[in-house]
Amino acid sequence: MTSAAIDRISPELPSELARGRGGGGPAPKRIVVAYGFWIFILGDIVMFSALFAAYAVLSGSTAGGPTGAELFNLRSAFIETMCLLLSSYTCGLGILSAERRKAARFLIFAALTFVLGAAFLFIEVTEFARLVEKGAGPSRSGFLSAFFTLVGTHGIHVASGLIALVYLVAQVITRGLRPAVLRRLLCWSLFWHALDIVWVGVFTLVYLWPS
Amino acid sequence: MLGRLTWAAIPFNEPLPIISVAVVGIVILTVLVTITVKGWWPYLWREWLTSVDHKRIGVMYVVLGLVMLLRGFSDAIMMRTQQAIAVGSAQGYLPPDHYDQIFSAHGVIMIFFVAMPLVIGLMNFAVPLQLGVRDVAFPVLNSVSFWLTASGALLINASLVIGNFARTGWWNYPPLSELAFSPDVGVDYYLWSVQISGVGTLLTGINFVTTILKLRAPGMTYFRMPVFCWTALATNLLIVAAFPILTATFMMLLLDRYLGMHFFTNDAGGSQMMYVNLFWAWGHPEVYILVLPAFGIFSEVVATFCGKALFSYRSMVWATLAICILSFMVWLHHFFTMGAGANVNAFFGIMSSIIAVPTGVKVFNWLFTMFRGRIVFKTPMLFAVGFIITFVIGGLTGVLLAVPPVDFVVHNSAFLVAHFHNVIIGGVVFGALAGINYWFPKAFGFTLDERLGKASFWCWLVGFYLAFTPLYVLGLMGMTRRLEHIADPSWQPLLLVAEAGAVVIFGGILCQIAQLYVSIRTREQRLDLTGDPWNGRTLEWSTASPPPAYNFAVLPRVESIDAFWQMKRKGRPQAEPAYEAIEIPRSSPAGFVTAFFAVVMGFALIWQIWWLAILGFLAAAIVVLIAGWSIEREHEIPAAEVAQMERAR
Repeated sequence: MTSAAIDRISPELPSELARGRGGGGPAPKRIVVAYGFWIFILGDIVMFSALFAAYAVLSGSTAGGPTGAELFNLRSAFIETMCLLLSSYTCGLGILSAERRKAARFLIFAALTFVLGAAFLFIEVTEFARLVEKGAGPSRSGFLSAFFTLVGTHGIHVASGLIALVYLVAQVITRGLRPAVLRRLLCWSLFWHALDIVWVGVFTLVYLWPS
Repeated sequence: MLGRLTWAAIPFNEPLPIISVAVVGIVILTVLVTITVKGWWPYLWREWLTSVDHKRIGVMYVVLGLVMLLRGFSDAIMMRTQQAIAVGSAQGYLPPDHYDQIFSAHGVIMIFFVAMPLVIGLMNFAVPLQLGVRDVAFPVLNSVSFWLTASGALLINASLVIGNFARTGWWNYPPLSELAFSPDVGVDYYLWSVQISGVGTLLTGINFVTTILKLRAPGMTYFRMPVFCWTALATNLLIVAAFPILTATFMMLLLDRYLGMHFFTNDAGGSQMMYVNLFWAWGHPEVYILVLPAFGIFSEVVATFCGKALFSYRSMVWATLAICILSFMVWLHHFFTMGAGANVNAFFGIMSSIIAVPTGVKVFNWLFTMFRGRIVFKTPMLFAVGFIITFVIGGLTGVLLAVPPVDFVVHNSAFLVAHFHNVIIGGVVFGALAGINYWFPKAFGFTLDERLGKASFWCWLVGFYLAFTPLYVLGLMGMTRRLEHIADPSWQPLLLVAEAGAVVIFGGILCQIAQLYVSIRTREQRLDLTGDPWNGRTLEWSTASPPPAYNFAVLPRVESIDAFWQMKRKGRPQAEPAYEAIEIPRSSPAGFVTAFFAVVMGFALIWQIWWLAILGFLAAAIVVLIAGWSIEREHEIPAAEVAQMERAR
């Protein structure tokens, strides 16, 4: 919270109250919304941590079926990863343009982000299809159940992120970059970056570990 | 077209569920007809169903909890009666299949749909008032949370008449809960109703962490927050850190059941122990999610009715936070006997004993607050004293159970059942009842009848000891939990005492219903015009009873702990403050409508009516998108109107 904001809320408060100990009165909406969204992301990451734990426990339970080293194609996983990481970069550039109220530039970066995210999803779905075709579907073994669930949950997050992006772009186009829309965009970008962090975990644990 | 749903799903041949459902149906129908005839629907819709006011939502949560308490309690008394009479050659009146559903439903309902709504409801009502602010951080989300919880409750009650409920016990362990051994809809009812209400609970957690950390009256530093707000903060942090684990675990079990995956199955590399670990990694924090707010309520009640500041406020706060962290390090004590090995058991045994230390600190704080206090024995204070004694006994038996060798002897026995009822009834239920008696005048503007309140307290206290002390003894005698038939006739006398205890508790519940009825009838004589009926210490008592929609016309300035007490000692300022226009959030049907579609989706998933499930999901998602489109969510109360309302106080 900036000191100007504190002054606006409670001009007569002694400054020692406002500093650090949380006596400055209610925070402005921008702060509150972003803070709440951080807490949501925390909860989401806790959910992923349970899925990671399940994968770690079950990664050896192949029940005589194929192992990760036999199944995974590190090259396509690497391309996938690059798509997602790059999309985070374009997402960051898009948010910077939005904060400077440059709607046209924001839309370009949003489109780039969407394309990269969709490419990530496309590669993932193709890989899933390839595995199922080989008879290595989610019901083959505990290991594959955990794999499909962990990676698939992340994929569903990416897909809903893409839908949310389209929805927010529609808001930007019809409403312009007013504070309420900007707040939502900021939250969305937090979500998108968090998906990156989760994916880095997936890439390391699922794809790099066995090879 | 209708998936697994056929007429066979309705148990026409079983008289018990059909009769109880008929009775409940008639009651609901009467209520609906009364509302329609009296033309209350517009009022209900405007002021309650679509309300995003934290006070209204809090009241609705408490009502939901109390209604479900009746359901959970009728399960309890049915089980007690079965155990009391099905001894030796007698078979009792409940077939095993039905009995197993009852003990599962009892646990699920009491934890998820009684204790949680009561605790969350009281937090909803009191926390923003105690913080001196106008609402929670996300009012519309708050309404979504409530209605999702109500959806879960609705689904679980639907299982009474359409299909059946899980026979797996409330922790729903695989492989019993897997498709191979529970092929029908019972387990699905459990999983989907808890998944839906769990989303609501997670949203509550996010909402309240943000509210408490980011929205407080000017001057209210962290160490000036009332203790109830601290415990609410700890509870909601635990919700955010624990409920996603439950969601993920149940999702895995659902994937096993619906898509043939192998997370917890016997074959193809599944691991049941993983379910048990994940379940209790949520389950133990859940215990503290429930009891920490109760500790907070007792702290407020004891300080208020002793006319003294709480003894050692800071140690109370640190003890709360210590419990908050330690609660994540003890989960394995729920399954010492499952073969984790001596060293692992020793670690978790020691951690479980350590968690008794901060709890002990709290007990001494309450005792020292009472010491040389001017104690006024109103109903909430009676519950507080009853709690201190009962909870200490429950805590001590808990420390016993935390010793792995002892646990090997009494695990899964009636001793364990007695222990956790001892802490949950003595802690959470007494806390909720104290809180309801304490904050009722704030919510409705008149006090509750003291005589009936005290009668209900004594019934609950005596009934509790009658019902559960025998179970300690029976557990030591070797009686395991969840017995549908008692083979050893020497246990019957104690089981009859336990049955009597359940009847006495029923008396307590009747007294509460009478208390509500009498108090509403005589409300004109018991109006609380001051807003401060108990000579309170915290900010909720500084505003009118019931508080206006905006809570505080001018946000209070906080200069110390027990801010309102300090204000009373300094004297109220004579001059009228300069009122400003106040923005309050508009009511929104988003919560109610989303939850309606969540019920449709949950029901369709349970019965595998896929087209309906997709439809329900899409409709709920569209409602969320529509709600997210709006920009202006506040409406303004002009300064003149605020001034008028404040002068009328």
